This record gives sequence, structure tokens and C-alpha cells, in this order.
Amino acid sequence: MKRSIPNNIQLIRIEPSKGWVSFKLKELLKYRELLYFLIWRDIKVRYKQTVIGALWAIIQPFFTMVIFSLFFGRLAKIPSDGIPYPIFSYAALVPWTFFANGFSQASNSLVDSANLIRKVYFPRLAIPVSTVLSGIIDFVLAFIMLTVMMIYYGMRPTTNILWLPFLLLLALISSLGVSLWLSTMNVQFRDVRYVIPFLTQLWLFATPIAYPSSLLSEPWRTLYGVNPMVGVVEGFRWALLGTETAPGPIIIVSSLAAILLLVGGVIYFCRMERTFADVV
Amino acid sequence: MSDIIIRAEGLSKKYHIGKKRERYKTLRDTLVDAFVSPFRKGIKILRGQVTSAAELDEIIWALEDISFEIKQGEVVGIIGRNGAGKSTLLKILSRITEPTKGFAEIHGRIGSLLEVGTGFHPELTGRENIYLNGAILGMSRREINRKFDEILAFAEVEKFVDTPVKHYSSGMYLRLAFAVAAHLEPEILLVDEVLTVGDSRFQKKCLNKMQDVGQEGRTVLFVSHSMPSITRLCGRTILLDEGRLLQDGPSYQVVAKYLNSGFGTMVAREWPDSAKAPGGKIARLCAVRVKTEQGQITDMVDIRKPVSIEMEYEVLKSGYLLLPYHHFLNEEGVHIFHAHCSDPEWQRRPRLKGRYMSTVWIPGNLLSEGTVFVSSGITTLDPTIKQFHEHDVVAFQVVDSLDGQSSRGDWAGPMGGVVRPLFKWTTQFTPDEQKAAQNIQLSRQRSE
Repeated sequence: MKRSIPNNIQLIRIEPSKGWVSFKLKELLKYRELLYFLIWRDIKVRYKQTVIGALWAIIQPFFTMVIFSLFFGRLAKIPSDGIPYPIFSYAALVPWTFFANGFSQASNSLVDSANLIRKVYFPRLAIPVSTVLSGIIDFVLAFIMLTVMMIYYGMRPTTNILWLPFLLLLALISSLGVSLWLSTMNVQFRDVRYVIPFLTQLWLFATPIAYPSSLLSEPWRTLYGVNPMVGVVEGFRWALLGTETAPGPIIIVSSLAAILLLVGGVIYFCRMERTFADVV
Repeated sequence: MSDIIIRAEGLSKKYHIGKKRERYKTLRDTLVDAFVSPFRKGIKILRGQVTSAAELDEIIWALEDISFEIKQGEVVGIIGRNGAGKSTLLKILSRITEPTKGFAEIHGRIGSLLEVGTGFHPELTGRENIYLNGAILGMSRREINRKFDEILAFAEVEKFVDTPVKHYSSGMYLRLAFAVAAHLEPEILLVDEVLTVGDSRFQKKCLNKMQDVGQEGRTVLFVSHSMPSITRLCGRTILLDEGRLLQDGPSYQVVAKYLNSGFGTMVAREWPDSAKAPGGKIARLCAVRVKTEQGQITDMVDIRKPVSIEMEYEVLKSGYLLLPYHHFLNEEGVHIFHAHCSDPEWQRRPRLKGRYMSTVWIPGNLLSEGTVFVSSGITTLDPTIKQFHEHDVVAFQVVDSLDGQSSRGDWAGPMGGVVRPLFKWTTQFTPDEQKAAQNIQLSRQRSE
């Protein structure tokens, strides 16, 4: 019994990749079901064998908020743009936790999947992307807590809230950009693993979470937006809590920075991708 | 459209050995290396230790200039010693790693059974892992839905479908993993020795499944150390050695070449170049030989005569307990027996550096007729560190002559059995007349 080769079968050509970088985004799209399954796996596995399970998603930012309120709000009396300090910091911690957890988990994702990378072919981009995306579920849980707090403090959201999806996308792009850089470097240099805790800490204080960016005067405040999380955090406060100044210029700068970060990350990732199986 | 499904031309793969050795590079290493190595290289050149640029780089070609064409529906075996480049070839064809030179064209989807079970998550249930693993191997959700029951039945784990796989026994785990991979219906299937999984009943099932796949007109590339499986399953075989394609042709011819020639005789193998010899940090193989009682190297052994396997090796570090051993396998890949060194003089006695020769004597009238393959190895004890294990190092023929002095007696036909020991037979005989006389005597006694 002999089957002839159906004509619809595509030809795969295997050769040393030429040129500087080969984009595999189309392929990632073809493997979107795999992406879906990887995200689904990450979510399923995330809180297995923990006692309080998904509550961790709320506890992490919530307790940071409590600590910040105590030390920075009460003791150091750091201004909070006229908003109660707890919700001022929590509104920033929600996108921050999504961003920081996303990149710190994704940075180890390639190394953790070394077995898979060495044995099976699929677009490697799916690994860090799925890790970052699966953090959205945590974001949603932490966000529910945020709405509870808003009700408690009697905050009424304005129509600015419509900007929220865009701001979340900005956080996602930033997280993904950093993840691609770090996860790729981690394949070759395991030092990255040890750098991440410091980096997270540093970045936390380099972002106006415990303090408002209004402490800076223009044009420094706008320039501050080079850290894409500045735009995200100030945007969240503006959209939800109605802080007075619209952070328009900051967000534009942040968006540009985030896109640059992501594009650079994708290029670096795709350039190194071909060596992953041999090096990891 | 032509029916050539895989076309490889000049496939080559280069590895930097230096890079491979220090797999976990740290940034500091790289910086130090960048600073120091130019000096080191310079000194080497000044001393005249290095002559060519290639030596400076310390590269090896895992594959060199491999070209072949495989037609739709062919089942092709790939054989060769450890390190011949078989796995690298499959890795390139399955797009896990890129070739350094050359190209391959593939028409259709490739499914690989390079290592079953990768991508299983221990916390997920059997059902969830089937979906996840299927997706990783490139199946769509609809495809998995369609084959779900079939996969479950094949793996024989229906009862545990909603149990996390971390609670599975290793056998169940492997069966499930193989089942998922085997139900991926690719145009081309790459198989790397997965048939060694599970118990023998399941192995048979896997082999049958592979045969089915071949008969359905799909193309299979099968890497194995088991010559019997290769000749049984594959019509055509490719022989690789040190990254080069040595022979490509009908399986029986290529397997015969692999076993008998091309590597010197199979009855004696030597590694004069210690850099290429198999071995670890403590012991290194030098030679293995098959010898008769008279000390002659031989490839034919009379079933009644003892035969010795000599292993020469070098101990590179003093103070370890070593265990040299041989595995004896028959043509079907069945382990006839294992022989571990039990020389009382060297048991529990740490060895000093130097060259050793361990000889094991297999008595006559033990092995069955046919080809016997010997795999040899050495491991240390306490702690157990494998130094080397070479598959099919040597092989010899056991011949059972028909002169009636072996266990076959005067029977000339085929005989089964993995071993053929010569047993002691005794016979008691009572002639008929004597019996009649006895009967008469007995009846007389009764009547009296």
C-alpha cells in the first residue's frame, strides 16, 4: 500500500540560517494551540500543592502594600498625590507584580525547559511568551482585590478606565521584552539567575510605586518614562484613582521604550535561538 | 511530484569541544577566557605545538558531508557505533539543531520519538498530559480528541486517566508517553531506540506498531543498536562512522559489513589512539579480543569448547575498586547472561595505575548456536561511576557440529533455546523377555 505525497504538504528546508535574524513569528502563530496549552499548563500547575493556592496572587501585592503603607506612608510620610496611601501604592503594585513576576519566571523558563528544547522542535518563542501570559490570571485576581479596595475607599472610576487594557498591554510588552533578553542570556550565562532578585528590587524602587512621580519636575518627569513601568504605574493611578495630572507625555515615552525593548528582545532571541539546543 | 520525501545534501555539523565541555559558562569565565586564551594560543604557536588553524579551535565534526535520499514509504535503519553521529543526524532532521553546512529538504510533517515523555508534567493528570504532549509534538486539539481513546487503550492506563502522572509507575509513564508519540500521524517518523522501553510484551507491541506505520506507507527512520530489529524492520540501512556515511544499501548487506568488516575484525578490537578510546577519568578501554583455549583469536567457536574474552584496559587513577564486565547478547538482542568480574584476587582490592588484562572464560557447552554479541564495560564501585560501556564490541559465531557430541545429539534440525548446555542423560532399560519372565514369577508367587 503506497500513498502518494499529497500536494498540500509543505516543503521544509533545513539549512544553516542565513542573514542576521530569521523571524519565526508566523510559525508561532501556526503553533498557537501549543501556546494555549503551555499557558494552560502554567496556570494549572502554578498553585498545585500549596495550601492557600491562588490566594497567593492577592497576598503578594497586598502585603507589600501593607509594608509600604507602614514605612513609607506612616513613618516617612511620603506624599501620595492626595490619595490614601494604601490604595495609592496598591494600584501601582498590581501591574508591577504582573510585570516583575512575569519576567523573573520567564527568565528561567528556557533553562527549565532544557529537556524539551533538546528533544523536540517547536518555536522556542512559545516558552517565555506563555510564561508571561499565564501571569494574567494572577493579575486578574489581584485586580479584583483592587476593586474591593476602591469600593472601601469610595473611589469612583472615571471614563479614563477605558485606557486600562492599553496600559495592561504596555505592561505585557515591557515584561515580555525584558523576559526575552534575560531568558536568552540565561541560556548561555547562568549568572542571570542570580541577577534577577537584585534587578527586581532595583527596578521596584526605580519605579514610582512607593512614591509619586510628581516629586520630579518637568522635563525630568517625562524623561523618567524611559522606564516603561513608570508609564504603566502612573497610567493605572490616573485611570483608576483619578490623579490630577494626565500622564500623557510619560506614557508616550514609556510606550516607545517598551516597544524598543520588545523588538530588541525578539531580535536577540531569534538570533540566538538556533544555538539553544546545543548550549542549554 | 517525485516520491522522494527526504533529501539531504552535504549535511555537516560542527561542535566546538571546548564549548561543550564548559556548558555552564559564567560571565567571568568568558571574560577571563577572552583575555587569557589569545596568550595561550600564542604560546602554543611559538612552541610549535599547533600547526593548523583547526587545531586552535578544537572543533569536531559530528557529521560530515552526509547525503542521501529517502523515498516515500521506506523504512530506513541508521546504525553505527556510539558517537558516529546517528543522533545528531536525527536532531538535524527534526529541526532541533541546525546543520553547519549543507541542507535537507523534507516533504511533510516529521514526528520524532527521540525521547518519549519529554514535556510531561508530573503534576498534571494522564488526560491533561496527553493533550499537552500531543500539542508539543505538533498535534492539533481536534486530532488529539479523535485519537484520545485509542491512545489510552494502547497505553493501558484507562483506569488512571485522571491521576497525576507523578503517581504513575515508571512503566505506565513510559507506555503513556510512547502511546502519545506513536499516534502522531506524521508523514515521517524518526525513532531513536525507544523500543527499549517497558516490559517485553510492551516492546513487542511497540515493534508491531512501528511495522504498521511502515506498512501504511509512511516513512520511518530508525536508529538502533539492535541489529536484529534493524534487519527485521528496515529494508534499507545507512551506516555512519565518525560522522561520515560509510555505506547505504540493503539492510542485510550493511549490517553484515558493520558486524564483520570495516572496523577491522569484529573478534578483536583495539584502540591504539587513546584519545579515541572509550573511557572515563579512571579507566580506559584498550582492547577486547575473543580467543580460543589455545590463545588464538577466533571468530568461530566450537560449541563444546571454552572461549575467552580478553579485555585490556588502562587504569588512570589509583585507588578505585573496578568492576569489568561483559554482556552477552544473541542475534535477537536477548541478554543471554552478564558476566561481572569475580576474580577473587582483585575483588575489593583498589587498583593501582597501570595496564590490566581481565579474561573471562565461558565454558564449553553453554552458549547456543549462532552469533553472540559482547558489550563490554567497566564501572567503579563505591561510588558507582560508569567508565565506559561499548555496545557490540566483539562478536563471534558458535558452531554446533553434527558429530553427536553436543546437546543436539544426533538431531540435525533447528533447535530453540537461548543456551545449550550439555546435560547428563541416563537411561534405564528393561528388556521385554525379562519382563515376561518376571510376570510369570510374580503370578506364581501369588498363587502359592
